[in-house]
Amino acid sequence: MSRVINIQPITRIEGHASIGIELDDAGNVNQARVNILSMRGFEKFVEGKPAEELPRIVSRICGICPWMHHLASNKAVDGCFGVTPTPAGGKLRELMQAISHAEDKLLHFFFLAAADFVIGPDTDYAVRNVIGIVKSNPDLAQRVVKMRQLAKMTLDQFSNKAIHPIAGVPGGFSKPLREEDRIEILSRMRQLLDFALFTMDLAKKDIFPKYMEAIQTIGVIRTGFIGTVDDDGALNLYNGKLRLMRPDGSITAFAYEDYTDYIGEQVLPFSYGKFPYARCWNEGFSLDLDEPRGVYRSNTLARINVADKIATPRAQAELEEFRQHFGRPAQATLLYHWARLIEEVYACERAIEILEDPEITDPNVRAAVAPKAGRGVGCVEAPRGTLIHDYTTDENGLILHANMIVGTTHNLGPINMSVDQAARELIHDGVVNEGILNRIEMAVRAYDP
Amino acid sequence: MTVKVASEWLNSCSGCEIAIIDLGERLLDVLKVADFVHLPALMDHKYFGQLGDGRHMEIPEADVGLISGAIRNTEHLEVALEMRRRCKTIIALGTCATHGGIPALSNSYTPEEILHRYYTTESTDAPERRPDPTIVPPLLDRCYALDEKIAVDIYLPGCPPHPDHIFGALTALVEGRPPVLPGKSVCDVCPTRREGKGQLQKLRRFLEAPVYAEPGAPLDEMRCLLEQGFLCMGPVTRAGCGGLDGPPRCIAARVPCRGCYGPVRQDGNPRLDMLNALASNGIDIQSLPESISMLRFAGAHGLLRPAGKRKES
Repeated sequence: MSRVINIQPITRIEGHASIGIELDDAGNVNQARVNILSMRGFEKFVEGKPAEELPRIVSRICGICPWMHHLASNKAVDGCFGVTPTPAGGKLRELMQAISHAEDKLLHFFFLAAADFVIGPDTDYAVRNVIGIVKSNPDLAQRVVKMRQLAKMTLDQFSNKAIHPIAGVPGGFSKPLREEDRIEILSRMRQLLDFALFTMDLAKKDIFPKYMEAIQTIGVIRTGFIGTVDDDGALNLYNGKLRLMRPDGSITAFAYEDYTDYIGEQVLPFSYGKFPYARCWNEGFSLDLDEPRGVYRSNTLARINVADKIATPRAQAELEEFRQHFGRPAQATLLYHWARLIEEVYACERAIEILEDPEITDPNVRAAVAPKAGRGVGCVEAPRGTLIHDYTTDENGLILHANMIVGTTHNLGPINMSVDQAARELIHDGVVNEGILNRIEMAVRAYDP
Repeated sequence: MTVKVASEWLNSCSGCEIAIIDLGERLLDVLKVADFVHLPALMDHKYFGQLGDGRHMEIPEADVGLISGAIRNTEHLEVALEMRRRCKTIIALGTCATHGGIPALSNSYTPEEILHRYYTTESTDAPERRPDPTIVPPLLDRCYALDEKIAVDIYLPGCPPHPDHIFGALTALVEGRPPVLPGKSVCDVCPTRREGKGQLQKLRRFLEAPVYAEPGAPLDEMRCLLEQGFLCMGPVTRAGCGGLDGPPRCIAARVPCRGCYGPVRQDGNPRLDMLNALASNGIDIQSLPESISMLRFAGAHGLLRPAGKRKES
């Protein structure tokens, strides 16, 4: 008899989602879908608010990556008011973003995803989590907790508020970096870089080799990719131009402001979240596994696929090794984890670069701004993908319209495809167990939604 | 002794759960006495059985239920009711749970207005399409604070609550005593210098840096931001954002308070209280571009309403 398996909630992700797997009479998968169950309406309720207040409102879209919304919003308001942040103000913003990326990737890899690899996908759910890792591997857990806390408290102590930040302001940053703080943060980021390299080695030696079969089979789909690069084609998380790559590796580049010419969003009945697709490919939109149309992915794997190179040495070496194994573009979904660790190395190296720039302690951190009518598109690469904030203001600098495309949103189509693929790969003749269902969720977690 | 803890998030951003993780090494101590039985952010317990074949939502019994987020849709309501049934003590964790939080700004609009805007943005195709309300949980008429729908035992506001307060509350519950929360206002604990009332007639928007000594100078060398002419919600906001002994976070960053710890009194109205305070000090409240934002953390409990339904006042 046909039945529906309801995995709810999807766990160890951020937010509210469920998976519905529809089985036919023979117990094989008809279709699996991911339902996004929540919507809050930021696009509407920011209307009429003074634009300069938005960076402190829209941060609440995500408590894991509030810096990304805070910074994209500040960039959008800069655009509306026609102001360029002072050099030190811009660099402090990017520094905060880099540290935040470094913290976020440790959180995702160790606190959310690692249980599937370290404890194992088939273990009992009661121990298959970070608390299980604390009990089974206390030394590693202690070190992870300490290093992640070091990154988080660095953000917290310098910017005064790490969750739902306040220190970014239109025109720059709210306060300068003191020399003694620079030296302290630099030493911490060097420790974090060491830990990033340790994690990369640990994963390459002890974790990924055990799961090569899973990497080649779970959630594998073929799509395009999106991400930001600078003028040299190198990975850039803070600023640059967007690249949209087709599944065959060919690339189109465009400026943030033009995003609606290249990206559209579809509405599907089973999800509050919308489904972005590559409008500029003129092939429509379909999540069909054999013949997807318009589907591209964002987040770590996407970024390292679209970038020609990474401008920092240790991350570049890791990228070269990755490409030797998996080519470009790499398509296997679980490789998002590997790419995440490469970006972890980059984020630490980039923070160190910024901290070694003498301009970073310049006291001129904030350009005065005046409200006016305008439009600004602020974009940054968030841990979960390309983040776009697009605001229009009236003559008093109050918000007329706001549109936002959040990192994970780009991946909603691909997540659906990966879950559908994983379910078809793993469920046959009605045989279902906890390990199988968790493996299907692993296809979601790779995207770190 | 150990206590069983269940944790849920509703109309929220996960910042409160990250604040729990931000306990850092103290979290390892908490884990020695707190036995988490349900925690979707970090653990794989499912509502409908681990094989997804159950018919009714089920959350395990627990001594303490932590709930972040307000109640915005039918699923949030169902989860909140199940948590209430299963947990002896319910903690409303964070300002969304206690007062609606930022997402309760949506209470200025009808659900239809919210859906309409989201599904007609500049990047959205075929704007007449909507998700199917028999598949996704429909929005309620507005965003409700937790205590509008279920009984709440302990209020722990903050956006997010400071890890010091989370730690204090959890250890108090393990030791079987009620947690103590700060009852002062942000101004009561703010170290900036106040020089007196009377001179200020208008407020400025926060478009330029306030005057302050060097970045490393103590905060008591900076003049009160409200006295410098910037709207600061410190007078009507509960203290606590800086933890047990830190100064208010925004002030330390040289930016004005926006009210993230909610009103000083649980049932306060920050907008009304602030406008009254400004007016009684001779400040022209027309100099503000708008005042809805004064309720940006406290729009539940009927304080924000859609335009057509707003009470004449």
